[in-house]
Amino acid sequence: MEVAAAKALGAGIAVIALFGVGLGIGNIFSSLITSVARNPAARDIVFPIGILGFALTEAVALFALLIAFLILFA
Amino acid sequence: MAVEGKAIDALGQFELQAALGPIGASVGFTQSNLYMLISGGLIVALMMWGMRARAIVPGRVQSLAESAYGFIDDMILSQVGEEGRRFFPFVFTLFMFILFGNMLGLFPYAFTYTSHISVTFMMALIVFMLITIVAISLHGKKFLGYFFPEGAPLWLAPIIIPVEIVSYLSRPISLSIRLFANMVAGHVMLKVFATFVVMLAGLGTVGPFIAVMPLAINVALVGFEVLVAFLQAYVFAILTCIYLHDAVHLH
Repeated sequence: MEVAAAKALGAGIAVIALFGVGLGIGNIFSSLITSVARNPAARDIVFPIGILGFALTEAVALFALLIAFLILFA
Repeated sequence: MAVEGKAIDALGQFELQAALGPIGASVGFTQSNLYMLISGGLIVALMMWGMRARAIVPGRVQSLAESAYGFIDDMILSQVGEEGRRFFPFVFTLFMFILFGNMLGLFPYAFTYTSHISVTFMMALIVFMLITIVAISLHGKKFLGYFFPEGAPLWLAPIIIPVEIVSYLSRPISLSIRLFANMVAGHVMLKVFATFVVMLAGLGTVGPFIAVMPLAINVALVGFEVLVAFLQAYVFAILTCIYLHDAVHLH
């Protein structure tokens, strides 16, 4: 198999990790909405933590994307 | 050009060239340095102009400067507590530098200096060295107790300690890669959709009408990138505060 094809396959396999990240982000916001629905007064306390959790999970997505870029271009 | 053969040149925008003509080329002054200077100048101008009025009821610019100050101050007080106040200038500088870097990159033909791993890794390394030095100077030898949380059974130690050490050492890596990859991914997407617009618009008479679709996506993407710019600066700052809390209070 030539190198370019192998690189393309590798990059494609690397981004399968985004499946887990999608689940994680959905989980975070679902629990955010549930907790605000149960206790609307908690919104100002819970929201920054939710955003922090979202950004940390997004970072994992970008680690996978970084590996894909490294495979494709380096 | 943006399209070479069959591939879209998405990563060429991150290459550094000398800015400011022959003067820049002789000292190696790139667009990255130029935008760092611009961002530094803008931050100083914002804070100086904002604080000049000193009204009890603030006007718009003073309100902006005060809310930036208050935002970081609240963050440090709630995360680290009163002992964290001496780190306020550092966290404020970090937050504003990253925020202005991310935001300035969204202007056309501007360069995002936070999209280079060298810049973000240096910032993350400085944060990491700061928290390690603060922890060691405040707690001495008990700093090593950080890697073995008390109350854990002793037979778990050979498993827990390496895991804790690796996760501690991975902090600068994750901090830097999070910021850098977010910026790179955002700008690559902007470049790719913009190339689609140009490619579609060149296709005959109906081309420009189809090209409106990637253009609309690009507009939404710029809005999303503004959110990401602020979010990444906030996350960097608040993770610094969380690590400072760990350093100052040892768990």
